[in-house]
Amino acid sequence: MREIEAKKITEAVRGLCIKANYELSDDMIYLLNEALKKERSSNAREVIRELISNADIAKKARYPICQDTGLALVFIELGQDVKISGGDLTEAVNEGVSRGYKEGYLRRSVVHDPFLRKNTNDNTPALIHTDIVPGDKIKITFMAKGGGCENVGAYKMFKPGAAREEIEDFVVETVKAAGPMSCPPIIVGVGIGGNQENSALLAKKALLREVIKLNSNKETHKMEKEILAKINGLGIGPMGLGGTVTALSVHIETAPCHIASLPVTVSIDCHAHRVKEIVI
Amino acid sequence: MIKKITSPLTDKIIKSLNVGDEVIISGVIYTARDAAHKRLVLDIKKPPLILKDQIIYYCGPTPAMPGRPVGSAGPTTSGRMDEFIGPLLKAGLKGMIGKGPRSREARDLMKKHKAVYFVATGGAGALLARHIKSSNVIAYPDLGPESIHEFNVLDFPVIVANDIKGRDIFEEGVKKYRKK
Repeated sequence: MREIEAKKITEAVRGLCIKANYELSDDMIYLLNEALKKERSSNAREVIRELISNADIAKKARYPICQDTGLALVFIELGQDVKISGGDLTEAVNEGVSRGYKEGYLRRSVVHDPFLRKNTNDNTPALIHTDIVPGDKIKITFMAKGGGCENVGAYKMFKPGAAREEIEDFVVETVKAAGPMSCPPIIVGVGIGGNQENSALLAKKALLREVIKLNSNKETHKMEKEILAKINGLGIGPMGLGGTVTALSVHIETAPCHIASLPVTVSIDCHAHRVKEIVI
Repeated sequence: MIKKITSPLTDKIIKSLNVGDEVIISGVIYTARDAAHKRLVLDIKKPPLILKDQIIYYCGPTPAMPGRPVGSAGPTTSGRMDEFIGPLLKAGLKGMIGKGPRSREARDLMKKHKAVYFVATGGAGALLARHIKSSNVIAYPDLGPESIHEFNVLDFPVIVANDIKGRDIFEEGVKKYRKK
């Protein structure tokens, strides 16, 4: 067994919250620069130029990329040979989020109850998803998920015989309905298979993939490319002002499912796509 | 070409603005989002600020670092404010800054009261913050990031999304670039 102190986890999560919110990743900046070359609308090109400049200012002058610094999503791969000492995992993560949001001057955007809606004042609780994996390490992936794009995701249960095209159309229709609300140009995560809650988690995990990394499954990769082309034919464009770049990337994750089911969830992330990971 | 305008607005400025114009604003603007709008409508007979000719910015910034007027300060979704704007426009509000389209009803009200709607780039909170030179909370301090701030802005970049001729950038833009 390898012993890892809970305070190490807290420190790691604190750092990820801050880094994700201040430093847009290089692959996102690459895709925005590519989008600037492809975009045909002049208003939309101005928006993209502002986004590229915004990322630079955020990192160098230390301002959060976006004022919606998100709900804290924390994905953990916990090695089964790890023993956590000096505290429990959930508390350690939440303490990290609390400190990261306070010390990083990030906006607290979480309310304690869906109806009473009092701000918890430290952006906790985080949403934590833990997988137990072989090994003696902990991998923590943090995602700051903004409210605008989260509000426009969708779920649908298809018949098991549904054609790929029907699913592609559902994804495209979801993006169309979301329109400017999702803060395009967006990243689209699609979870296909599993069951209801599993497809939703798959869609989120699909968003975690590096945006320039290609899907290793050839068929799924083809589907991603087809959906991306259809989405960019919608004309929504950056911030919905009309244009030829509505999505930067489409990511699909699949899983085995019941013979009677074909669940699909679409989760959208805005251009402030803030994902960072660390291995302890 | 980029148009330079000042806030508070005048009829002359408003008339000169067309959908798609890239505009930079200097002067005073006020922030308000969902909770502040709810209260403004209740307090409309005795509002905590004079709305005539002013611009409201739909924004709830991140906390400011020491020595700075404001943190990251981009726009939030405007559509959520549509149900509240009637009384505000009646009281003389002339401009709004946010992100995303407005409802049919909101657009009709803007046309009736000769008000304009600008969009700022959503998610460009760092870039936009650099154009905010000072910030003071002037009403509803208990609302935290949702309280009403008075911002002094310099060359704050926006695009005209709805002008007083009733045109709409979202409708026109999508039509132009949609593949048939």
